[in-house]
Amino acid sequence: MKLFKNVMFYFAVVLIVVIAVFPFYYAILTSFKTGTAIFRVDYWPTNFDFGNYAAVLNNGSFPRNTLNSIFIASSTVAFALLLAVTASYALSRVRFRGRSLLLLTILAVSMFPQIAVLSGLFELIRFLGIYNTPWALIFSYTIFTLPFTVWVLTTFMRDLPIEIEEAAIVDGATPWQIITKVFMPLMWPALVTTGLLAFIGAWNEFLFALTFTSSNDTRTVPVAIALLSGASQHEIPWGTIMAASVLVTIPLVVLVLIFQRKIVAGLTAGGVKG
Amino acid sequence: MSATTQISAAPRAGKPATSELQRQRVRAAMWFLLPMIMALFVAAGWPLFRTIYFSFTNTSLNDLYGGDWVWFKNYLSVRELPSGRLRWSGTLADPKWWNAVWNTVKFSAVSVTIEAILGLMVALVLNAEFKGRGLVRAAILIPWAIPTIVSAKMWGWMLNDQFGMINDMLLNVGLIEQRIAWTANPDTAMLAVLVVDVWKTTPFMALLCLAGLQMIPRDIYEATKIDGVHPVKVFFKITLPLVRPALMVAIIFRMLDALRIFDLIYVLTPNSSATKTMSIISRENMFDFSNFAYGSAQSTLLFLMIAIFVVLYIWLGKVDLGGKEKN
Repeated sequence: MKLFKNVMFYFAVVLIVVIAVFPFYYAILTSFKTGTAIFRVDYWPTNFDFGNYAAVLNNGSFPRNTLNSIFIASSTVAFALLLAVTASYALSRVRFRGRSLLLLTILAVSMFPQIAVLSGLFELIRFLGIYNTPWALIFSYTIFTLPFTVWVLTTFMRDLPIEIEEAAIVDGATPWQIITKVFMPLMWPALVTTGLLAFIGAWNEFLFALTFTSSNDTRTVPVAIALLSGASQHEIPWGTIMAASVLVTIPLVVLVLIFQRKIVAGLTAGGVKG
Repeated sequence: MSATTQISAAPRAGKPATSELQRQRVRAAMWFLLPMIMALFVAAGWPLFRTIYFSFTNTSLNDLYGGDWVWFKNYLSVRELPSGRLRWSGTLADPKWWNAVWNTVKFSAVSVTIEAILGLMVALVLNAEFKGRGLVRAAILIPWAIPTIVSAKMWGWMLNDQFGMINDMLLNVGLIEQRIAWTANPDTAMLAVLVVDVWKTTPFMALLCLAGLQMIPRDIYEATKIDGVHPVKVFFKITLPLVRPALMVAIIFRMLDALRIFDLIYVLTPNSSATKTMSIISRENMFDFSNFAYGSAQSTLLFLMIAIFVVLYIWLGKVDLGGKEKN
């Protein structure tokens, strides 16, 4: 009975792992196949043809799209963290009237359906003259990165011991000095986690990127992959699509695996959207 | 802001502190908050207001400032035809809209229910101590880390009618007799979307549930073992009630995400009316069919629906979002 239980348990474990990993594994397999090999279903690696990768990297605007995505996601994170660090200090450490209301509002903004601001944002972006530029996306991504970073950093700072801050106040430190000299060094783990989660969010975003860019050179990677098409309308270039998908996913998977413990902690603190 | 301030972690209720130090702290706090509030107002508050405004006009995509105020015409209006019959128009009289509402509700309810159950099951497995637990946890993070667009394309390829691996496997096992066009067939399109969504987001649920499970002290389980309580009873009487707060928070975040789903459906089953959700058709109206104001009305309705859902959920479920009770 005990043996049977153990077998069933490990069977469940193996099943979970296989289901989680298989689709990505299959995409990698497909990305190494060209020509007719791609239409044959294989469960083990048979071909190692880098043709699809060469096609993705040499042709079209894919390298440019990758640079766009890197620039946009990094700027979004930098901007969000800059505003969030000071704001979350105020929200977690200083007691003032209306604080809970403000926190609730921030949480409410993070629950916005993005479609609800789409037409208003479109008008604003047109008005500011940043349509079809990276700035349109950096600006609009604030709506989901900022509330989330503020929320997680506030939770984190609230748990830091009060004594450090009292010591700094006794020594005559100003609030700005408390943030930069006392809290910042303690907050690196939280900053890395929230920064990484915000980066992934911005990197994967699709609706705004699709709506606020209109040319091949300004698109981000998810939009580029969604719109990849073959020579004719009915011929979908699965090999190239899989190669592009693997290229944009590998860095994320590596980052996630390196920081997995921190990410789990960040997810549970913020209840971030997946 | 008045000067009822204290250092937050050392609350002394009922004693308003009014020292110069604390007044200075509040002043600094206001300056620290200002940039964030401004940014949120410009990126979220104002666009939301404009969307709602547009929904009451007849603005078109090509002439954003040329619209006239039309009251509720985009929502619902009635006109008497010369024949004396009444003609209803507007979103609320649009069968396509109600189809999208139904698709959205069906998708959200089914996907979140399955994800909650599977997520809890995976979390229970991961909560047990066994060799290689870290590896398994890393493995289930992979679907979560993959961009939605990429997972839609990956599954689109696996679900391909002619060359897809799913059809090949099911044919070999003998579960189906002929190849199925999973994403194109209106009968199976929703199923395909559900499968991909469950695959992608169950890890998120599992991790949140796992965090809740790990808060339960181990001695409770030891006590039940000594008393010889049946494991099923332990699950329903102890584990489930204790993990409920974490589960409720996870469910609402997933639900909000599911109600506004756009990218997965846009890529996996484009133009299939069996899966078109509220987000999909309102964007379609705004930018593809140049019914900018009409689409704005639909997105406003989605916003209202989500807002009402959140309020009801928090109120009925007594959910404590993010541990406000701490201080």
